[in-house]
Amino acid sequence: MRKPLSMIVAGLALVLSACGTSSSNAGGSPAPAAPITIGVSLSLSGDFSGDGKALQQGYDLWAQDINAKGGLLGHRVTMKYVDDASSTQQVVTNYQTLITQDKVALVFGPFSSLLTIPASTVTDRYGYAFPEPAGGGPKVFAQGLHSIFFVQPAAVEDNLVSYTKFLLSLPSDQRPKTAAYATEDDPFTQPQIDKAKSLLEAGGITTASYKVYPAEATSWDALALQVVNSKADVAILGTQEPDAVAFVKVFQQQHFNPKSIIETTGPDQGKDFADKVGAKNTEGIMVPAGWTSSAKAYGNEKFTIEFVAKYGGAFGDISADAAEAYSVGQVVDQAAQKANSIDNKALITALHSGTYQTIQGPMSFDSVGKPQGGVGVYLEQWQGAQAIFVYPSSVAAAQPEYPKPNWP
Amino acid sequence: MTLVIEAAVLGVLTGGVYALMASGLTLIFGVMRIINVGHGALVVLGAYLSFALFRSLHMDPFLSLVVTMPVMFALGVVLQLVFIRPLKTDREALSVLVTYALALGIEGVLGYVFTTNFVELRAWYETASFEVFGFHITWVYVFGFALCLTILGALFLMLYRTSFGGAIRATMLNRTAAQLIGVDVDRVAAIAFGIGVATAAAGGVVFGITNAFNPGSHYDLISRLLTIIVLGGLGSLRGAVIAALIMLVSEDITQVLISPVWANFVFFVILVVILIVRPQGLYGVRVRDRI
Repeated sequence: MRKPLSMIVAGLALVLSACGTSSSNAGGSPAPAAPITIGVSLSLSGDFSGDGKALQQGYDLWAQDINAKGGLLGHRVTMKYVDDASSTQQVVTNYQTLITQDKVALVFGPFSSLLTIPASTVTDRYGYAFPEPAGGGPKVFAQGLHSIFFVQPAAVEDNLVSYTKFLLSLPSDQRPKTAAYATEDDPFTQPQIDKAKSLLEAGGITTASYKVYPAEATSWDALALQVVNSKADVAILGTQEPDAVAFVKVFQQQHFNPKSIIETTGPDQGKDFADKVGAKNTEGIMVPAGWTSSAKAYGNEKFTIEFVAKYGGAFGDISADAAEAYSVGQVVDQAAQKANSIDNKALITALHSGTYQTIQGPMSFDSVGKPQGGVGVYLEQWQGAQAIFVYPSSVAAAQPEYPKPNWP
Repeated sequence: MTLVIEAAVLGVLTGGVYALMASGLTLIFGVMRIINVGHGALVVLGAYLSFALFRSLHMDPFLSLVVTMPVMFALGVVLQLVFIRPLKTDREALSVLVTYALALGIEGVLGYVFTTNFVELRAWYETASFEVFGFHITWVYVFGFALCLTILGALFLMLYRTSFGGAIRATMLNRTAAQLIGVDVDRVAAIAFGIGVATAAAGGVVFGITNAFNPGSHYDLISRLLTIIVLGGLGSLRGAVIAALIMLVSEDITQVLISPVWANFVFFVILVVILIVRPQGLYGVRVRDRI
């Protein structure tokens, strides 16, 4: 059947007009790249919900900043969060859904090594780069995956190294003789405690008690009693926030006043921690920390100002989790610029070389994503109802309080 | 040895709190033959109500029970009327689904109102303690245990010394026979459900002072409470008390004597052994199936 001439002309006109549009656009400003979605599974409920929310704040602030400067390589960024309820099963489902159904362009990491390990097997299978803020336990890197990038200054097992150096640097008459250890059987906490224990034992500090407890435990009183009964000079605890608070309370109840208390997580949660244990009870408690609101690292001042403007509170209330999440975005932004692409394969290649500037300091990654920052993790202590860096002296804002004052 | 004694004392004191929380659950089962999977969520709701009063009015958590227990009683009656009473057939199975949905609903609402962050009830006695033979006993556990004794004592008195208690026990023994002798079993069921939910509020307060909690805390809680009432014998108040003490004391002693990792395992070994010897639980009544 012959097509009417008018239809042929109309079709031709349409094609020409399309060509005209593209040629006129090519001569003007470049077309904005297509918007992209970045998918994240976050623990918005369950045991890690406090940390999950803090990560969300950090990611959201980064997305706001990157969009304000034109997007990620011109792509406007939308964050998509799904709740994993702190569950190792749900986190796998979430990343599977984000990648296969939502078809997100990029994925960022969840909270904790516990969730990062199963999540990374999924993201790696689909060839996604997996920059993550909070999964730094040895088991994360033992998988040998090349798509993981742990965006913190040091691998998790080294988190308490600064603390052990501090204790061993004390004059012999002040140095503790005994230490009590208790830790969750969690890939984030236990490696830190085990390394601290071996370093302190090598330094001559005797182990008075060592207990590992299930991460699912909900009552820690009997366990804390054992630390109390050990009468150790220092208490070194591999905790998340709920058990960190419980230990402090039992120590108070039992009038147990060790010369030093350090907890792997909990005291780094700013006001949230102070509210739970009481601000006056925080005095002298230590926590390893790689970031502080007063650090002079790349973009940190801008981050803290914007954070307080967006979420309220004071600089000291900002959770380190939020800073770590923000750093993930910074690293990806720089890697995208370096690769001139947001393709996951290109990003993975780019991230394996070079140094990236973050609000936690500069860092680079080895072949399995372990950070090679060299910045190290510092020692933070609550003094006068706020957590401040006290060791090493190069970053210290105050002298460490040792021994820790007795409970009020 | 000192540590074992300390752990046993701690187990008895915390066991009292669990007994209080489990008492409502077993009472509800006894009267209505329904498994209230939402009981853990109701305990958490009670804790949040006290938390809200503490945050807004600085009301002492124990004092807040004057407000929260009547509110939770009324809520329990309404829940029974709306969700449980319409279940006419296959009540035991359907009640699990309905009350689980209720738990999820409560969790969702609490998450929306209070966020999912962990919170704790604060009071001067949460860290204050007194010394007995070198061991510091915390006031909050003593108060909690006293509250448990008071409420459980009141429940026992009501059950065994009042005519309404007689109606409840009659309904527990045989619902149809109770109806035949003139007991308004629907009214008994609604009030018993209300009482069960009110005790959840009381348990929630002590739970909230001694534990950090969030809307999702009910999952762990309900699994422990169900285990307690199974060990004690479904429907038995006395059994719930004894089972709670066995659970907490065995767990705490195992923690200090062997390892925290074995604490749950040892308790479940005890549970299995007791159920092999007495399948109906410690104080449960053996029910013969119809042939």
